[in-house]
Amino acid sequence: MPKELESGSHESPDDPASTAQTLELLCHLDNGAHGNVACVVWEPMGDGKKVISLADSHILLWDLQASSSQAVLASSAALEGRGQLRFTAGRWSPHHNCTQVATASDTTLRGWDTRSMSQIYCIENAHGQLVRDLDFNPNKQYYLASCGDDCKVKFWDTRNVTEPVKTLEEHSHWVWSVRYNHSHDQLVLTGSSDSRVILSNMVSISSEPFGHLVDDDDVSDPEEHHAEKSKEPLQDNVIATYEEHEDSVYAVDWASADPWLFASLSYDGRLVINRVPRALKYHILL
Amino acid sequence: MAAAAAVGPGPGDSPEGPEADAPGRRRKTHGMLKLYYGLSEGEAAGYSAGPDSLDPTDLNGAHFDPEVYLDKLRRECPLAQLMDSETDMVRQIRALDSDMQTLVYENYNKFISATDTIRKMKNDFRKMEDEMDRLATNMAVITNFSARISATLQDRHERITKLAGVHALLRKLQFLFELPSRLTKCVELGAYGQAVRYQGRARAVLQQYQHLPSFRAIQDDCQVITARLAQQLRQRFREGCSGAPEQAECVELLLALGEPAEELCEEFLAHARGRLEEELRSLETDLGPSPPAPDVLEFTDRGGNGFVGGLCQVAATYQELFAAQGPAGAEKLAAFARELGGRYFVLVERRLAQEQGGSDNSLLVRALDRFHRRLQAPGALLAAAGLSELATEIVERVARERLSHHLQGLRAAFLSCLTDVRQALAAPRLAGKEGPSLAELLANVASSILSPIKASLASVHLFTAKEVSFSNKPYFRGEFCSQGVREGLIVGFIRSMCQTAQSFCDSPGEKGGATPPALLLLLSRLCLDYETATISYILTLTDEQFLVQDQSPVTPVSTLCAEARETARRLLTHYVKVQGLVISQMLRKSVETRDWLSTLEPRNVRAVMKRVVEDTTAIDVQVGLLYEEGVRKAQSSDSSKRTFSVYSSSRQQSRYAPSYTPSAPMDTNLLSNIQKLFSERIDVFSPVEFNKVSVLTGIIKISLKTLLECVRLRTFGRFGLQQVQVDCHFLQLYLWRFVADEELVHLLLDEVVASAALRCPDPVPMEPSVVEVICERG
Repeated sequence: MPKELESGSHESPDDPASTAQTLELLCHLDNGAHGNVACVVWEPMGDGKKVISLADSHILLWDLQASSSQAVLASSAALEGRGQLRFTAGRWSPHHNCTQVATASDTTLRGWDTRSMSQIYCIENAHGQLVRDLDFNPNKQYYLASCGDDCKVKFWDTRNVTEPVKTLEEHSHWVWSVRYNHSHDQLVLTGSSDSRVILSNMVSISSEPFGHLVDDDDVSDPEEHHAEKSKEPLQDNVIATYEEHEDSVYAVDWASADPWLFASLSYDGRLVINRVPRALKYHILL
Repeated sequence: MAAAAAVGPGPGDSPEGPEADAPGRRRKTHGMLKLYYGLSEGEAAGYSAGPDSLDPTDLNGAHFDPEVYLDKLRRECPLAQLMDSETDMVRQIRALDSDMQTLVYENYNKFISATDTIRKMKNDFRKMEDEMDRLATNMAVITNFSARISATLQDRHERITKLAGVHALLRKLQFLFELPSRLTKCVELGAYGQAVRYQGRARAVLQQYQHLPSFRAIQDDCQVITARLAQQLRQRFREGCSGAPEQAECVELLLALGEPAEELCEEFLAHARGRLEEELRSLETDLGPSPPAPDVLEFTDRGGNGFVGGLCQVAATYQELFAAQGPAGAEKLAAFARELGGRYFVLVERRLAQEQGGSDNSLLVRALDRFHRRLQAPGALLAAAGLSELATEIVERVARERLSHHLQGLRAAFLSCLTDVRQALAAPRLAGKEGPSLAELLANVASSILSPIKASLASVHLFTAKEVSFSNKPYFRGEFCSQGVREGLIVGFIRSMCQTAQSFCDSPGEKGGATPPALLLLLSRLCLDYETATISYILTLTDEQFLVQDQSPVTPVSTLCAEARETARRLLTHYVKVQGLVISQMLRKSVETRDWLSTLEPRNVRAVMKRVVEDTTAIDVQVGLLYEEGVRKAQSSDSSKRTFSVYSSSRQQSRYAPSYTPSAPMDTNLLSNIQKLFSERIDVFSPVEFNKVSVLTGIIKISLKTLLECVRLRTFGRFGLQQVQVDCHFLQLYLWRFVADEELVHLLLDEVVASAALRCPDPVPMEPSVVEVICERG
C-alpha cells in the first residue's frame, strides 16, 4: 500500500518519515466531510488511477489524475440503516474488470458496483460478531473470504449468500486478517489476536482443479498413489500454526514477488517472515 | 424197655415209637411222624436239643451212650451219690412205664373206631359203583335216541333255511322296487339324508344287475330321481341363505351321491368366500372414515369372532369334507385362507393405524392380544397359509410404531418442557417479582423429563407382559427389548435430548438474543446430571424391566455418558461465550463511543465498569446456583491491595517511565516481551470445566481481552489514560475474587493500561494513591 496515501488518513502515525528515503506528498484525499477513514484501497488492475476509501458510513471513489496532484471525488455512496453504521474493512475485487468492491460493516458484508455505486449483494450476519477483514480469491471469481470476532474464517460464494461455502474455526480469539495467496489460492493465511498465524490449505474450494493435481501425481508416481489420489484433493487442513508472536497479530500478507513467502505483524512490533513448508510447496508444484 | 424209656420221654412221642430199638432209625421215624403231624423239623429238633446234643453222657440227648454214662458215673461219683442216682433212675423208669401204659389205653379206642369207619366206607363205595354203571348205560341210550332224531329232522331244517334266504331276497327286491317311490317321497319331504342313504344302499346292487331289464328300469328311475335330488341339493347349497353347518351337510350328501369333489370344493370355497367377504365388508364399514368407529378392542373382537371364527369353521369343515382331496385340496384351502386373511389384515392394519395417535397402550395391547390369540387357532389348522406369522408380523409392526410414537412423545415433552423453562425465565423480568430459582427449575425439568420416560417404559412394558399371547415370540423377547426399547426409545431419546441441547450452541443467535443464557446453563447442568447419575439410572431401570436376552450389541452406558458430558461441556462453553460477549459488548461500546482525547480528568470510576462488576456478580450468583465452587489458586487475605501495589508502582512505573523519552518504544517492547516470555499464553475462548470458578474465569478472560483489543484501537489523551487506569484498578479490585488465578486478571489489566499508555501521546499516569482513593470512593 503506497505510503503517500496513508499519510492522508488520520489514523496513521507519521513515524515512517524517519526511514532512509524521504517521501514526497503527491496527492491529498480531502475527506474532511466524512469522518475517520477506515480503509483505503487501490484499484488492483488498470492504471492505478482509482482509489476507494471507506470513511465511517461512506464509501468514496477517488479519481487520481496522473498529471495533477489533485484527487477528485468521483462518486460516493452512504450506508443506510438504523444505528451508527461504520465500515471496518473493504477490498477491491480483481475480477469483472475491477468494477466490484466488497465492504464489511459490523456483522454484514456488502458488495458494491463502482460504476453505479450501488449495492449488489449483502450478506447479513456473515459473522456472529464484528467482521474484521475480507479478501477476494484472486483466481476464482465470486469467491470471498472473511474473518471476524467470532474467531471464524468464512468462505463465501457471492452468488449464493445464504450459506458460507466453508467455515474454519481454528483461532481462539478474534481473527484480524485473512489473505489468499496471490497465485496458489488454496493457501490462506489468517492472523488473530490469540497471537497465532495459521496457514490453511483450502484445496476443495480453490481454483486449482482437482484433476490437475491428480494427473500430476500420476505422472510422477504412477504406481504408488492410487489409493490416495481419490481423497487427497479434498483434504482441507491446517498446514501450520505459527506461534512466534507474543502478542496479538494484526496483519498478515503474502510477498508480492515470491509466492511462498509471507509476513505477519503483531502488536509488540514483531514482524515475522515465514515460508510455506517445502514439502507442501513441492506437492503443489509437482 | 428201659432203654427206650430213657431215650424218648418227650411229650410228642407217639405210641408207635417203642418197637424201634436202633436210635438212628427211631429218629428217622420220629421225623416222618412229625412231618405227618405238620410239625416243622426245626420245632421237632427244638424238643431234644440240649445245650450240647452230642454229649454221650446226656440222658435226654440223641447220642446218649449208656456205657460211657455208666463209666463216667462210676469214675466220678462217690458211692453215696451212685446209690442216689441209681434210686433216682429206677424211680424215673417206673414213672415212664406207667406213663406208657396210660397212653396205650387211651389210644386203643381210637384205633377201634378208625377200623370201623374204614370198613363202613368200603361198603358204601361198592354201592356207588353199581349206580355209576347204571348211569353210563342210560346215557348211551340217550345218545342213540338223539342221533336218530337229528337225522330225521335234517332235511326239514335245510328247507327252512332256504325259505328264510328267499324271504330276505324278496324283501330286498321289494325295497328295490319301492325305491323310486321312496326316493320321490323322501325328496318331497326334504329328507335328503334318508334319500341319499337309500340310494347308497341300492346303488351297488343296481349296478350289478343292470343287465336285467326290470332292474334296469329301476336303476333308470333311480338315476332320474337322484339327479333331481342332486339338483335340489345343489340349489339349496347355492342359495347360500342357510348357515355353514347346513351347507356342510349339503356338501356331504352331494359327495355321497358321487358328485365330483373338485367342483364341489370350488363351490364350497366360493360360498365361504361370499360369507367371509360379507364379514369383511361389515368390518370395513366399521372402520369407515368417520372417527366414532367402535374402539379398537371391539373392532378386533368383532373381527376375531366374525371373520376369524368363520374362517376357522370353513377350514375345519373343509378338512373334514375334502380330506380325500390330498395335498392339492389343502393347497387350495391355504390359498383361500391366505387371500382372505390378507384382506383381513389390511383392514386390521388400517384400524390399528388409526390408533397410533392414541396414548393408551393398554387397550391397544389387549386388542392386539385378542387379534393374535384368535389367529393362533387357524394358524394351527392352516399352517400352510402362514396367517399366524403374518399376524405376528403385524403385531411387531404395531409395536415398532408405538415405540417411535413414544419416542416422539418424549421428544415433544422435552421440547415443551424447554418452552416452559424459557417462559419461566422470561417471566420474572416481565412481572418484576421473584420467579422460581434456577435450581427449582432444574429439578422441575429433570422430573418432567423422567416421569414421561417412566410412563413410556411402563406403557411399552405391556407388550411384554406374560399374559399377552405374543409376548413369548422371539421378537418380543429379544429384539423388542434390546433394539426397540433400550436402543430405539431410551438411548434414542437421550441422544436426541443431547442433540436438541447442542443445537442451542449452534443456533445463529450468537448475539445472545435467541437463547437465554440461563437456559444454556440449566441445560448444561441437566446434561451433567444425566452424565453422573440419571443415564445409568434410566438404563438400569430399562434393563430390569425388560430382561434383555438378546445378545446384539447395545450402546454402553459409558458412551452415552460421554455424549452427555460433551453436550454439557459445549453448552457451558457456549454459555461462557454468550455471557462474555454481553460484557464484551458493554466494554467495547464504552471504549469506542468515548472521545478519549478530550476527556476530563477522572473523578469517578465510569458507570460501565460498575455495571460490568454488577453483571459479573449476577452471573456468579446464577452459576453458583447450579455449579459447585471449584478450585482456585491460593491467595493472600488481601489480594487486591497487595497486587495493586505491585502493578501500579513498580511494574507500571518501569513501563511508563521510558515512554517519556523519544527512544522509548523499543525499550517498552523489550520489557513487555521479556515479561511475556515468563507468563503463559492465555487461551481466551478455551473450554471450561464444570465449576463456577472456571466459568467465571472464562467470562472475565473474554471480557478483558475485548477491553484490551478495543483500547489498542483508540488514541488517548492524558486524562483518557488516567481514566483507563482508574477503571482498570476498579476492575482489579472487584474481579479477582471470581477467577481461578488472579494473576490472569492482573496480567490482562496491566496489558490494558500499558496499551493505553502506548496509544497516548502524552502518557502521564495518575498517582496510585489517587487512583485508590477514587476507586474506593466509587
